[in-house]
Amino acid sequence: MDAILSLEGVGKIFPGAVALSDVSLSIARGETHIILGENGAGKSTLIKLLAGIYQPDSGRIAFNGEPYQPKTPHDAQQSGIRIVHQELNLLPYLSIAENLMLESLPRRAFGIVDRKALNSRAVALLKEVGLDIDPRTRVEALGVAQMQLVEIAKALSYDSKLLVLDEPTATLTPPEIERLFSIIKRLKAKGVTIIYISHRLHEVFEIGDRVTVLRNGRVVATRDLHGLSVPDIVRMMIGRDIADEFGFDASIVPGKVALSVANLKRDASTPNISFAVRHGEILGVAGLVGSGRTEAMRALFGADPKLDGVVEIDGKPVAITAPKDAVRHGLSLLTEDRKGQGLLLDMAVDKNITITDLSKVSRNGLLNRRTEAAAANDLVGQLRVKASSIEQAVRNLSGGNQQKVVLAKWLFRGTSTLILDEPTRGVDIGARREIYQLLWMLAAQRKGIIMVSSDLPELMGMCHRIIVFSRNRIVGEVARSDFDQERILSLAYQEYVRP
Amino acid sequence: MSETTEAAVAAPVSPGRAKFLRFLVRDAGVLLALVLITLFFSATAPYFATSGNALKIFVQIAINTVLAAGMTFVILTGGIDLSVGSVLALCTVVGATVMINESLSPAVAITLALLACMATGAACGFLNGWISTRWKIPSFIVTLGMLNMAAGAARVVSDNSTITGLPQSFVDFGNLIIGGFLPSIFLVAVLVIAAGWFVLRFTVFGRMIFAVGTNDEAVRLSGHNPDFYTVAAFTISGLTAGIAAMVYLLRLNIGSPIAGVGYELNAIAAVIIGGTSLSGGKGSIIGTLVGACILQVLSTGLQLLGVGDNFKPIVIGLVIVLAVILDAYRERLLRKIR
Repeated sequence: MDAILSLEGVGKIFPGAVALSDVSLSIARGETHIILGENGAGKSTLIKLLAGIYQPDSGRIAFNGEPYQPKTPHDAQQSGIRIVHQELNLLPYLSIAENLMLESLPRRAFGIVDRKALNSRAVALLKEVGLDIDPRTRVEALGVAQMQLVEIAKALSYDSKLLVLDEPTATLTPPEIERLFSIIKRLKAKGVTIIYISHRLHEVFEIGDRVTVLRNGRVVATRDLHGLSVPDIVRMMIGRDIADEFGFDASIVPGKVALSVANLKRDASTPNISFAVRHGEILGVAGLVGSGRTEAMRALFGADPKLDGVVEIDGKPVAITAPKDAVRHGLSLLTEDRKGQGLLLDMAVDKNITITDLSKVSRNGLLNRRTEAAAANDLVGQLRVKASSIEQAVRNLSGGNQQKVVLAKWLFRGTSTLILDEPTRGVDIGARREIYQLLWMLAAQRKGIIMVSSDLPELMGMCHRIIVFSRNRIVGEVARSDFDQERILSLAYQEYVRP
Repeated sequence: MSETTEAAVAAPVSPGRAKFLRFLVRDAGVLLALVLITLFFSATAPYFATSGNALKIFVQIAINTVLAAGMTFVILTGGIDLSVGSVLALCTVVGATVMINESLSPAVAITLALLACMATGAACGFLNGWISTRWKIPSFIVTLGMLNMAAGAARVVSDNSTITGLPQSFVDFGNLIIGGFLPSIFLVAVLVIAAGWFVLRFTVFGRMIFAVGTNDEAVRLSGHNPDFYTVAAFTISGLTAGIAAMVYLLRLNIGSPIAGVGYELNAIAAVIIGGTSLSGGKGSIIGTLVGACILQVLSTGLQLLGVGDNFKPIVIGLVIVLAVILDAYRERLLRKIR
């Protein structure tokens, strides 16, 4: 096989987590190679290594037979590897043509941009990707699909040898996807090698030659797509045993409904959703990233506006238009973005904990630092937060301990129903177990717990029930006795599969 | 795998030592700078180390200190208030107009003038905060607008002229030097700083100001309304501009529509030199007082040294930039300690 790109024993370690480990992979010249894996499997890290955003900690990468060690994205482009990232990187207020050739605008004397050459070259490039649009149009006026194609045209403008597409169909409609695929096929016919990252299993069969599956930062296998089925791939993606680190407590039996949501509608384009969680129940929420799980929880909590819907707490309807309403009614939200939305990073542990209810540590508006310290120390001890003191800034705590501080602040307030969005993301195994134990303690105290997670084994280990989101819709509910990874995963993919 | 993991956890420092180091880096640094600059001018500039000069400095920093006290609240929440100079001008003409009303006894006139100043300033500040939170506009722009509006309003109210003839008892109080060392207007400034210090350090409200400046989204999701605190901070800044206007009247005895030009920049400089971070969430009002002192000591010292009026701003400008550079270093140091 004539390999255009080969990785040998590549590893990447972040403080406290191994992102990629001993990844060996070879991409044949001219093939379309699919890379699959669950959220957190290491796909993004791999791309960032190729893009020159990260550098590997171990192993070798060779491109065209030469060692490939890009220090910056610019190096990667110079070598002929172009990457179309999931988040598009176009400049909205410049024209399509300017965006396409930003790095080498055609010039006349005195550095004046040669508009004529610029636009005529742009027309040619746009034709390559089947976009019939005036290149002088500003990018902000384009739809997402068109922007995607402009990005691909941009990648082509540099005579790329290897094109990496990171989840290009995530925001596209079926006809747009169809068009993209025909362009990919045309590029392939012209000899361009393509690495295609996706988590939409069905579509990859249409364009891919081979597939590599990543799991927990390792390569599970590289196979010819021909002869594989969707279930085969699913098995490779998730094939992990569920060790009982979760400590499911069968003695806790869910009671009356604690919180129910009926016909929650975020905006005109999203469907209604309804669900409920009982006292003492841990309700799992599964679904792909971007399937509307987080958005639904935020709308319920009043963090984002909602169009319609009735929220009932212990059977009584409550009006929630802002987080303060939700908090007043005993709801707590542990956001997926712990640092950006959960914590006051540069403030001390105690101040982070008491922020949810300063009235408990003050009188007539005056803080009582002694009461505050006592309350904070109490929770820090109870949750085993590892900090040098309660005066340490939470920025300097590890991910697990930061998460415990977020939990502590809601326990300080006192809560009846907790919504946890990815509570163990970026949390090491040890702290993870402690968080699980804590959730069981809260369930035993008859609190309702909603747990959103991308980690399916975690949900299956922890939850009484799992509801599954797929493209903003709740497509199914699975009871504990029926838990089955493949079933839940296929529900999660349901709305993304094209008929 | 886009989840990047935590930055390396800082080397453990014992809590007691960390507290001391934190004090040294965050608070003592500015104070030390003030002491060094003062010593330098005492040694080199003629007449600098005299009680007369010290009194002069105390008198001269009063206005800026009061403005900077309110500015500290705004900057702590992550905003900026460019309007305080012209709000001060507006308040001086409002206050002077009330005070020269001959149908009132001096005591009543002075009291009403004080209330009018504070109310006018607070109203301007409230508008700043309300507009910038209601329509999510950067406070830089809103207060730039207010800078012009208040300046215009000051001209309208005063009919574009200077207002004189304040009650004699008021003028006398402005010239009073308590015990021979404490000018009355400096006392006002110190009281304002003390009040601000108390609020920021000991009250729930003060804690929320810091929290909003650190991460307003986290504050919102914790069940609060961060906009309330932002509006309050701007209102306080307007209020202190009103008080500063009274100090101005005490010191210069005229209400003037062209008062206060450029004062906002001195106030911001004092806050920043005093170690409050422009991005919000970190700082202290005591630092602001020290920052105001540094600015005035520099200005007076340079003058006594014979550095011309043309060169003085260059030096002061350099000091401001230097303070911000030091602030960036200080941040990095503090992160290591905590």
